[in-house]
Amino acid sequence: MRATLFVTCLGDQFFADACADTVELLRSLGVDVDVAMGQTCCGQPAYNAGHWPEARSIASHTLGVLADAEYLVVPSGSCAAMMRTGYGELFGDDGGRAVAELAGRTFELAEFIVGVLGVDAVGSGLAGRRVAYHHGCHALRELGSREEPLTLLRNAGAELVQWEAAEECCGFGGLFSAKLPEVSAAMADRKLDTLPDPDIVTSADPGCLLHLSGRAAERGGGPVFRHLASVLWEAANGRS
Amino acid sequence: MDVHSRDYAARARAILRDEPHVREAVIGATVAFDQHRERAYGEVDSDAWRAWASDVKSHALTNLADYLEEAESRLTENGVVVHWAETAADVHSVLEAVAADHGVRKVVKGKSMLSEELGVNDALERQGIEVVETDLGEYVIQLFGEPPSHIVGPAIHRSLEDIQELFHRVHGTPPHATPEDLAAAARVALREAFLTADMGITGGNFLVAETGTLALIENEGNIRLATSAPKVHVALVGIEKVIARWSDLAGMLQLTSRAATGQAVGTFVSMIHGPRRDGEPDGPEAVHVILVDNGRTGMLADEATWEALKCVRCGACLNVCPVYRQTGGHAYGWVYSGPIGAVLAPALLGLDEGGALPFASTLCGACTEVCPVRIPLHDMLLTWRRRTVEAGKAPATEGLLLSAYAAAAKRPALFRLGAAGLQLLPMAVTRRLPFLKSWLAVHGDLPWSKPSFLRRWKAGPK
Repeated sequence: MRATLFVTCLGDQFFADACADTVELLRSLGVDVDVAMGQTCCGQPAYNAGHWPEARSIASHTLGVLADAEYLVVPSGSCAAMMRTGYGELFGDDGGRAVAELAGRTFELAEFIVGVLGVDAVGSGLAGRRVAYHHGCHALRELGSREEPLTLLRNAGAELVQWEAAEECCGFGGLFSAKLPEVSAAMADRKLDTLPDPDIVTSADPGCLLHLSGRAAERGGGPVFRHLASVLWEAANGRS
Repeated sequence: MDVHSRDYAARARAILRDEPHVREAVIGATVAFDQHRERAYGEVDSDAWRAWASDVKSHALTNLADYLEEAESRLTENGVVVHWAETAADVHSVLEAVAADHGVRKVVKGKSMLSEELGVNDALERQGIEVVETDLGEYVIQLFGEPPSHIVGPAIHRSLEDIQELFHRVHGTPPHATPEDLAAAARVALREAFLTADMGITGGNFLVAETGTLALIENEGNIRLATSAPKVHVALVGIEKVIARWSDLAGMLQLTSRAATGQAVGTFVSMIHGPRRDGEPDGPEAVHVILVDNGRTGMLADEATWEALKCVRCGACLNVCPVYRQTGGHAYGWVYSGPIGAVLAPALLGLDEGGALPFASTLCGACTEVCPVRIPLHDMLLTWRRRTVEAGKAPATEGLLLSAYAAAAKRPALFRLGAAGLQLLPMAVTRRLPFLKSWLAVHGDLPWSKPSFLRRWKAGPK
């Protein structure tokens, strides 16, 4: 099976190790991975800010770059949701087959592993580790993916900690976090204040992780934040 | 009421900075409300129920003119006087005339968000009429001189300590009176008001076209008293409150209660069918219903906004909203706050005043997920953002930067070069750039991957 990796703009710039870990993890599961070098951004920043002509321009580029992808794997629930459901809204009746086909072939990483590959355990390297999982809103509510990442973590031996705000938005929201920084920070603070002292906080979304870890750093420290791909690859690779 | 929605950002910032106890009180109350709702939804087939409720409201709104006329006929047959009001000023005129007819000097009110929307209290007070809010939360904020901060819990931004201090000052209760003692003090004051008022003013949760039934849900009994003790009852009813059939009412009342407070049904449900009839010992001599438009027909005609008229004002979207939770409702600068407020504001106030509120969201979709009548709230917020940009009302810097970003995103080499350039900037310079400046004001330094993944991939072994 061949899968194309869309690393996302934030993943590329801030989670390079997690992107590399995604490649290794997928290869270890027998997937032939390629990375389209023309990729840039899915267009969601412009889309959510209401600047749809700009969003369409970026999305058109991305559709072209990914036209040959058999499967598209995205280590971000939010960007995967943009390509699966957002593009349909963005292009409406003008979207045509390219938009519909890409939507059908696009998966967030955990969704792909569990749903497409049919794998529900990637390793056992998380035994004894207390893991808090942050559900990105778009993975949860747009993609409808709640259980896949939890299944993979649990089957890797992780103890999933109860987190009151696990399904509450972290406050990133793309440009929201720069336009209303105080509200955005207060939202992150609620997530951090309710966090029950885990060994690792993980999530499938670079944006959420960047926001939460950046906020924790500003407040003077906090737990270890790692992308789901890295946590799963280490579980598979026995290094965690 | 005074509207300050365009100042959302500044108001939110001020509340977070100057009134940190508000955030604590609001998070506590909304998390509890939402947990109750979640449990109550779980007790029934809430998905099926909500789909049905959405259909009931959609049907009524799709045939609104017919059902409003039917409601008017039934109400009139029931002995209710029906008034049509297009604007807040029209409502004020009707109230002024009815009050004059009955020699009204004191009014007791049941909680009504529509009355807040219309500025009814101020209008009555300008006429020299005393107005007493009788919902406990509304009574509290009336004493504080504040607008409500939540559709269902108007005083949830206030702590117990705030109310102890207020009641100590106003009612002479002990400085650390228990909630029971505070409620008892309010009860004494309100009982006096009910017995001396000439008019009761309420809203209405539903108006049944088939029977002319005005239905009201509450938990304190104050609406029951306000609609039966004074000699005149006036109900302010938005035209979107009409439903077609009597047989649909019970389901709508119960679902609204489950969504709002997690109750199977509110403690009191009043179903009003007109004034006191011959031989009946109590009830008002006259009942008036004012059917209020105030911008609603405009919303109905707009395919992108009409669904917001399905709203039953349960507050579930406020309770679950992580943005609302940080500041409470006063940041929104208007009677309706949270996701539904942000959807209604640009429709009812216009883009210049209300256009800021749809941006007070991360589009997380939690609101849409809990709405009992399936309003696609976060999709509508996005629609308003698009319209704001199309109308040229987005900040100029934002437009320029996103245009540049979009242009770069079509040229992968340039896009990566730009990112690499940003990586090389000293943090002191990065901290002065648009967007990054405000991001870095509340976050630690950017944890750049050096080099980025795609640069590594291009250079290294695959």
